[in-house]
Amino acid sequence: MTRRRIGFCLPLVLACVLAACSPFARAAETIVVGSKNFNEGYLLAEMAARLLERAGFPVERRFGLGGTLVCYRALAAGEIDVYIEYTGTISQAILNLPVETSLPELRDALGAEGIRVLTPLGFDNTYALAMTRERAEALGIERIGDLAGATDLKLVVSHEFLERADGWPGLSRAYGLDLRVTGIEHGLAYRALADGAIDVTDAYSTDGEIERYGLVLLEDDRGFFPEYLAVPLARSELPAAAIAALQRLGGLLDDDTMQRLNAAVVFEQRPFAEVAGTFLAERGLLAADTQDRVFWSGLWRNTARHLQLTAVALAASVVAAVALALLVFRHPFVSRAVVYFCGLLQTVPSIALLALMIPLFGIGVLPAIVALFLYSLLPTLRNSVAALTAINPTLLRVAEAMGMTRLQQLRYVYVPLSLPSMLAGIRTAAVISIGTATLAAFIGAGGLGDPIVTGLALNDTGLILQGAVPAAVLAILTELAFEALERVVLPGHLRAAR
Amino acid sequence: MSAAPSVTFHDVSKSFTADRSVLSHIDLELPSGITTAVVGASGSGKTTLLQLVNAVHVPDSGEVRVFGEPIPRDDLVAFRRGIGYAVQGAGLFPHLTNRANVELPARLSGWSRERRDARYRALLEQMELSEDISERYPHELSGGQQQRLGLCRALMLKPRLLLLDEPFSAVDPITRVGIYRTFQQVQAQEGVTTLLVTHDMREAVRLAGYLVILGEGRVLQAGRTDAVLEAPANDYVRSLLMEQLR
Repeated sequence: MTRRRIGFCLPLVLACVLAACSPFARAAETIVVGSKNFNEGYLLAEMAARLLERAGFPVERRFGLGGTLVCYRALAAGEIDVYIEYTGTISQAILNLPVETSLPELRDALGAEGIRVLTPLGFDNTYALAMTRERAEALGIERIGDLAGATDLKLVVSHEFLERADGWPGLSRAYGLDLRVTGIEHGLAYRALADGAIDVTDAYSTDGEIERYGLVLLEDDRGFFPEYLAVPLARSELPAAAIAALQRLGGLLDDDTMQRLNAAVVFEQRPFAEVAGTFLAERGLLAADTQDRVFWSGLWRNTARHLQLTAVALAASVVAAVALALLVFRHPFVSRAVVYFCGLLQTVPSIALLALMIPLFGIGVLPAIVALFLYSLLPTLRNSVAALTAINPTLLRVAEAMGMTRLQQLRYVYVPLSLPSMLAGIRTAAVISIGTATLAAFIGAGGLGDPIVTGLALNDTGLILQGAVPAAVLAILTELAFEALERVVLPGHLRAAR
Repeated sequence: MSAAPSVTFHDVSKSFTADRSVLSHIDLELPSGITTAVVGASGSGKTTLLQLVNAVHVPDSGEVRVFGEPIPRDDLVAFRRGIGYAVQGAGLFPHLTNRANVELPARLSGWSRERRDARYRALLEQMELSEDISERYPHELSGGQQQRLGLCRALMLKPRLLLLDEPFSAVDPITRVGIYRTFQQVQAQEGVTTLLVTHDMREAVRLAGYLVILGEGRVLQAGRTDAVLEAPANDYVRSLLMEQLR
């Protein structure tokens, strides 16, 4: 009978998930523009979007996707149609080819994947190592090679730089550097540098912060860093008119221009969309009447999406976890295996799990919900199994002797006696989900992570707080709501002691 | 006492592990309308014997009949609802109010609210419990009250047969005497055949008109209480009686 009950629930859950996602299915002719999660990515993506709109295409913006892996997978899977990538990244991080691979060779390799490499935008945003001017002068460091002797430097680089072959691993090998190095979110690194918390970090050579914080870029005396020419990557099947619109970006920006535009966003705190629009208008590519788009119009919109993500994922995970617990708790070996497996899911880093979802579910709301669903299974499942197996055997014997059917035993004995522990598990799962759901912004699912991700990319504390504060408030409200719920459904002596 | 037996065991054996049998070759005919006490030390198999009657366990061989009928293995739910069951420590559900605990068997059987209510009140009165406890929870009651409430629940569906598994042994001696008295009145009033498992010979002699004495999975002696007291079947039974009734 347990099985029949689950049979009812599964379609219900699927229906919920589909209902939750359907409003976000896109119209066929819409062109989806993606961007990486740093300010230059936003700026360039916005320019591409404006030019496409000018050419008459409806555009959907999926900005702030979490890094190269997420962007490229989304493009390869057709979830986005275009984003701006860098040649050095394409050859090494995406294609695993040598650094010196030429642009025509990249075109051939990506062409086979159904992706077109358009004309480079003009500037070279290569990696560099940055220090504050005072610190560099005090230590007499001008070139990367000078770092070899300075063992007590605090070297902190972005996570991506730390991992990439063309980042720290290759650099340290090329220069024979044997230094301790740790990772940091790129958006935070400059501030840490300016505050003196760290000494050296990786920078992109077009970053607006370089001028702003009085930083010097260490000379790449062995010529390790390859070229990172910005190029639009587009799906081959885009209409010719769309490709033509994107090609207008070709050769449009040199290093200085890009640094200036980045600084306008990061330091003058001008909205990136406005900066992009104004620049295109200056170059005569867009009418000057660009209206200022407000992307984070709403606390409410972000909060509603956040709640939607967590509520759907949580509801599905509760149904699945409780059903699973009821199914397996009589078999100690199986229940242990299931609990361990769910624990294993918990150890997959969130961003990796989200990236793994892309080939299966694309980007956007659905993969985010699936990932959150997987994350929130464990607390409910473990608490349910533990509670179900801990029920006083005398009560079970009484229930059986009383003439209860299996279903009645579940309804009158197993479930109510496990309820306090189940609710505690659900409560934990809910709070964890609200926190984890902020990461959903990395795969374009929106929510309160959106302002956080954008704020980190644009170095905008206000924007970060627009996401972080409501998320914290939601977590607290959730705690209170569960406390109230427990008060309603559980008699006082069965409520978990707090 | 009517002549037809309530429960019969015909050459019943039961074991849980291959090398040790809990009950072997049990032959019994228990009288109806009165209380039968199954007495034995722990490990004598008395609880297993009781649980063969409400089919919580199935005999390995032999047959158990209840009021002349074989146990209907395909309809245990209905069969068990005809048998009341009370255990040591009362076995009340902690998440249900006292009233809900007692009325639960009737709810499961689809009794109307009025019928449940009337039976509940009658039982509480018979068991000398105040209705003030109705909306409270079992943990708020004394051990004796819990045990009385457990008996109310066992009697809720007016069973023909009542199975009691050491229901009085967790209660202090003074309270126990009060419950004995109440129980005897109720048992007579309801006319319910009772099968009581106990390790306490004093309790058995006080409550039961028929005794079954078990030792290591075998029936050592079975008969009317006065007959057993007058003529113990062997030295072990004699010592058991002497020890506990001194």
